[in-house]
Amino acid sequence: MTVAVDVPEQESWFHRNQQRIAPWLFLTPGLLFFSVYVIIPLFESINLSFYEWDGLGAAEYVGFRNYEDLYWEWVDRDAFYISLKNNLIWLVMYLLAIPAGLFIALFLNQTVWGIRLYKSLFFFPFVISQVVVGLVFTWFYDPTFGLLNEFLDLFGLGPLNVLGDERFVTYGIIFAGLWPQTAYCMILYLTGLNAVDPEQIEAGRLDGAKSWRMLWHIILPQLRPATFIAFVVTIIGALRSFDLISIMTQGGPFGSSRVLAYYMFEVALSEYGFRMGYGAAIAVILFLIMLCFIAYFLWSMYREEKGH
Amino acid sequence: MYSTFKRTTAALALGVAMAAPAAAELTGELRIFLDTSNPAPRATMEAMIERFAEQHPGLEIETTVIDREAYKTQIRNFLTADTPDIANWYAANRMKPYVEAGLFEDVSDLWAEPEIAENLASTKGAMTLDGKQWGVPYTYYQWGVYYRKDIFDELGLTEPTTWEEELSNCQKIVDSGRKCYTIGTRNYWTAGGWFDYLNMRTNGFDFHNQLANGEVSWEDDRVKQTFANWKQLLDMGAFPDDHTARSWQESLPLIVQGDAAAILLGNFAVAPLREAGLTDDKLDFYQFVAINPDVELAEDAPTDTFHIPANASNKEAAREFLRHVVSAEEQTEINNGANLGQLPVNAQSSVDNDKFLQQGFEMLSTNSPGGIAQFWDRDAPAEMAKVSMEGFQEFMVKPDELDRILAKIERARGRIYDN
Repeated sequence: MTVAVDVPEQESWFHRNQQRIAPWLFLTPGLLFFSVYVIIPLFESINLSFYEWDGLGAAEYVGFRNYEDLYWEWVDRDAFYISLKNNLIWLVMYLLAIPAGLFIALFLNQTVWGIRLYKSLFFFPFVISQVVVGLVFTWFYDPTFGLLNEFLDLFGLGPLNVLGDERFVTYGIIFAGLWPQTAYCMILYLTGLNAVDPEQIEAGRLDGAKSWRMLWHIILPQLRPATFIAFVVTIIGALRSFDLISIMTQGGPFGSSRVLAYYMFEVALSEYGFRMGYGAAIAVILFLIMLCFIAYFLWSMYREEKGH
Repeated sequence: MYSTFKRTTAALALGVAMAAPAAAELTGELRIFLDTSNPAPRATMEAMIERFAEQHPGLEIETTVIDREAYKTQIRNFLTADTPDIANWYAANRMKPYVEAGLFEDVSDLWAEPEIAENLASTKGAMTLDGKQWGVPYTYYQWGVYYRKDIFDELGLTEPTTWEEELSNCQKIVDSGRKCYTIGTRNYWTAGGWFDYLNMRTNGFDFHNQLANGEVSWEDDRVKQTFANWKQLLDMGAFPDDHTARSWQESLPLIVQGDAAAILLGNFAVAPLREAGLTDDKLDFYQFVAINPDVELAEDAPTDTFHIPANASNKEAAREFLRHVVSAEEQTEINNGANLGQLPVNAQSSVDNDKFLQQGFEMLSTNSPGGIAQFWDRDAPAEMAKVSMEGFQEFMVKPDELDRILAKIERARGRIYDN
């Protein structure tokens, strides 16, 4: 730098390296925030998971004790096992939003009078807050005045205590979550359908492709990007399923609707939770699960880029 | 004022810098954090602070009211950073994490003052950890059975006092197509209340305390006896089937509509039940029945408290505020029927004329020889309370799996108390 000052005729260091510096300058704010809010906390969490800390006093190093405790909870079919199992149920069931969104999108992808209104009505659940969705479904399932049981009454069935029964509770919450998630997938597919090449459809028609074959061989391949995004957001949505559980059941009855994210909150941050290290250990496990998907997503995006 | 002066000289002698005559001329800022977010208690607290402000015009008082549930998690943050001078909380083990972390100020000096030592003796135990006092109480309330008098009259029942009477009453109520007790276990603590009473009545107050302190195994036969008693009620169908889906508020309509005859709850149940239309001739109260005649009756009476955070900046004014809160006049005022509608902690204050407060006061002062518990989730460590109350709820749904549930709680005991 001093050289540049001493010899003003020479091109400055910045000037010479502009091409190489510019991208880094633009990246700096992003990198800064990403490291402060994601990378550093990530390593902090991993570090914290080897400690026992109540969030107030001094932290005590305990090595792998937290993970050992998790392992024993797994062996004993205790809270950790239930949370992990529910996470898997969420992952599988939540994917139903993709076909459901696709079929609603196909159904709405027509030009009739008032279609915009129908589209917005279908999109509506995605706009409202998850808190509201949770409350609405809590009332819907309510064993005394809920619509669901009024409906079951018509057939002489019920009463069904969805949110109070360990067998149904997770599915009940997932169903509530599917409502906005389906709307999200629907929007993704609707935009995707706009980009479908009409000439290919025409060509397919000439070759005699109809309904299912048309959908499977002509439309769906062209919707691949939309499907990919829908898959990504749905997987992420399933793994972060926290708000609905917190609102609808608080993990109950007797902890049977917990998922890892909620269990982590419960042991570390809730009213009775003072085990920061243990919560961090759960978070690390959750992160490892997410890492499988993240790796898969990055890999397929990398392949996509290379293909073009 | 003379006594104030004497107090202060004593305090000065102890090396605590507290200028006594200054009590009248406190200056600076006093920041108060409260969790009394419901409208009625909020107004009560604000009026109480207003009266304090009038006595100390030099003080600049700033009150922050935080949502009751949010407060429970926020307290960890504000005790360490941006700390107020006064914060309210709960007694017994519930304050332990903060006491151990050195975040609450030791106020044993206040408790040494005759004014407080003599009049607040009954709650001193609940405020004591490690032989020191960490705050002052401002209100407490009884627990017990609130029942529909008109339903009892209709079925020809009287208030039970023994477990046999209790069971036979319940059988008649069930036979009439009602539930004996409504409960909403979506708030786990409602089941905690049942456990408190069943265990204290089966095994006594001391055993109950040992259990809360982790000194007894959960697989002990005495614990199993408690659950066996509970199972008698469960087998009769004494509780509503969908209790897991209800919060405590959502369990109240059953008693209001007459689908359930009673509820075991704290005195805070009275206000919503009255609002829902149950007049005093329909609603009444009785003490939870004796089960094991060999143990003395003991009651739950949770105490709510005020504390000075260790990081507070105006501790002198804060101490004066605590004296104000527990004074006989203030206690009479803030706990009366128009305000909190609970029991005053100062022996010199008078209890409101309300029928339930009178009965509760009578019960706690004359018919609770075994002792007074705070409540399960305040007496047991937080984690233990959480795990066990979840177990209680599970037991209410699957009473036949008691052994597995107790094994789960016992494992948690092994983990929680060893450090």
